[in-house]
Amino acid sequence: MLPKLPLDKWVDAAVDWIESSLGFVLDPIAAGIEGAVEGISYVLHLLPALAMIVLLAALAWRFMRWKMALFTLVGLFLIDNLGYWDHTMDTLALVLTSAIVSIVIGIPIGIACARSKRTQQIVTPILDFMQTMPAFVYLIPAVTFFNLGVVPGVIASVIFAVPPTIRLTNLGIRQVPADLVEAADSFGSTPAQKLVKVQLPLAVPSIMAGINQTIMLALSMVVIASLIGAQGIGADVYRAVSQIKTGKGFEAGLAIVILAIFLDRLTQHLVKGKRQADRRG
Amino acid sequence: MPIIEVKDLTKVFGEDPKRISALLGQGWSKDRIFNETKHTVGVNRVSFSVEPGEIFVIMGLSGSGKSTLVRLLNRLIEPTSGMIEIDGQEITRLGADQLRTVRQKKISMVFQKFALFPHRTLLENVEYGLEVQKAPKAEREPKAREALKLVGLETRADSYPDELSGGMQQRVGLARALANDPDILLMDEAFSALDPLIRKDMQDELLDLQDTMKKTIVFITHDLDEALRIGDRIALMKDGAIVQIGTPEEIMVNPASEYVERFVEDVDLSKVLTAAHVMRRPETIGIDRGARVALQLMRESGISNLFVTDRSRRLIGVLTAEDASEAARRGLPLEDIVIRDAPTVAPGVLLNELFELVGSSKVPVAVVNETGRIVGVIVRGAVLGALAGHVPGREVDGDASETTAG
Repeated sequence: MLPKLPLDKWVDAAVDWIESSLGFVLDPIAAGIEGAVEGISYVLHLLPALAMIVLLAALAWRFMRWKMALFTLVGLFLIDNLGYWDHTMDTLALVLTSAIVSIVIGIPIGIACARSKRTQQIVTPILDFMQTMPAFVYLIPAVTFFNLGVVPGVIASVIFAVPPTIRLTNLGIRQVPADLVEAADSFGSTPAQKLVKVQLPLAVPSIMAGINQTIMLALSMVVIASLIGAQGIGADVYRAVSQIKTGKGFEAGLAIVILAIFLDRLTQHLVKGKRQADRRG
Repeated sequence: MPIIEVKDLTKVFGEDPKRISALLGQGWSKDRIFNETKHTVGVNRVSFSVEPGEIFVIMGLSGSGKSTLVRLLNRLIEPTSGMIEIDGQEITRLGADQLRTVRQKKISMVFQKFALFPHRTLLENVEYGLEVQKAPKAEREPKAREALKLVGLETRADSYPDELSGGMQQRVGLARALANDPDILLMDEAFSALDPLIRKDMQDELLDLQDTMKKTIVFITHDLDEALRIGDRIALMKDGAIVQIGTPEEIMVNPASEYVERFVEDVDLSKVLTAAHVMRRPETIGIDRGARVALQLMRESGISNLFVTDRSRRLIGVLTAEDASEAARRGLPLEDIVIRDAPTVAPGVLLNELFELVGSSKVPVAVVNETGRIVGVIVRGAVLGALAGHVPGREVDGDASETTAG
């Protein structure tokens, strides 16, 4: 029999090393994320709940059909009525921060994958790993590096949620018809011009689908993130579970569902709405 | 001085193309190379040159390497070996920046499936070539509008490509290629995706544009009719190699190999042969001669019409036997009886455009060159004979003993 590989020891050693020697990198990241969450949360709490509900319903009206605007109005009003408004906005801040970080990291990596087969071959298995490793496992090093609170929650959410943005950015660019790429080349475009003027605009629907998936995955992480002290609606669910309060759990869960439907439909329609506006303009 | 000069250009696809391209020099065939080395020969030691202002057609069936060949010219596909000179500049040795400059300024391309950018308006599509040259909007927009106007789409500048029919889309493709005023247009099966009537319109339009612009055009097609219609010269490709280069007439009349012959045997000759191919030597008489001399001449040659010319053989009209004998009786000069509105054609007119004229005219049709001199005469029998394959210079198996009497 072979002795057991000390894999756990190795990973622990790596984590220790990162914590002790990369503090100068981790601290500004933590500060940045914390600032972003607080900033977004501050903005979301700026208006009274009713005004915010009307504003979001108007946004739904602008990009979607009236049915969606009505759903937004009723749904968000229900959240407010149940008493989860503030926590929902905290959660929204956490989700938006995770989504923004994912987009900022994910799109450039996706572009790099699209431009080099080698990069894609390296990145793809890492993404597979990130998506299949149980999300709870990320919480441990995230807490080690960033202590308890919202920051490790965002980090864990980003790790879990960034793969779709990378994959679909890569796919979107690769799916641009070869003759269009050839046409761009034949007119003497530089690689950067080709990317900005032809490939990215044509990849937008695919990239938006990736961002939509990323937001949904980030939202699905909020309960897990609450395990390490991220505040918001996820914490309400967690409390309800630990105290076996079915009614409370249902209420908080429903708030997450309403938020999810709103974000999903909105991001799906942003692209189409923009396209139609272009055509009219 | 040719604008494009290509020597021994070769493209081999596979893992070790350089080594394989050397085998071609040792006489290996495309099939043998594929069977024994799993490399595909795209283009096999092709050489040709194109003169400025020429429409050079590269024709072949699918898989003959013509689309690969045209992409080697602007290095959308990297050549394995050989030389491409454009305006004296060796293209195969250019660095990335220099190559971009050549693509921006000298060579534009029109694609089979149009390849318009669907997210850009027509104007923005046409502007693309100038945009990548970093021309300011104020400079590129008028040029782009001008190019759209050339193809008759200036009113649709703000439409999107998917709102247009195929023919219109390809006009935009053409305008986009013309907007940066290149010397050379590469047209890769540019009209093949269009239906036949639209295709013919586009060919006419291209020829019209070419009259004023005098670009050098390398045109790829698998359609022989199209090649014959628009090509000044045609290169026929098979298995990556050129089997024959020549004018449409040369290829039709003297096919270099059995392959070419098979290719051209079904072609409608009336679209290839011109008046010059089927005309006979005309019998003429000076206007200052008398009617009796004319009658005598007709009797000697056994014909019933004579062409009347001035001293420098410029055509004045045609004379019929009846009129001549009438004039001889009454002592009238030829001046009074010559039919001055006799039908004439230029030597370059295609046979299919001659049918109606020849069929409806009572007198033979004169072939007159640009200085007004008569160079030949068209008779009905000769036209029909030519269509049946009896072309002077080609194999003549029946005896074509028509007379100018028609």
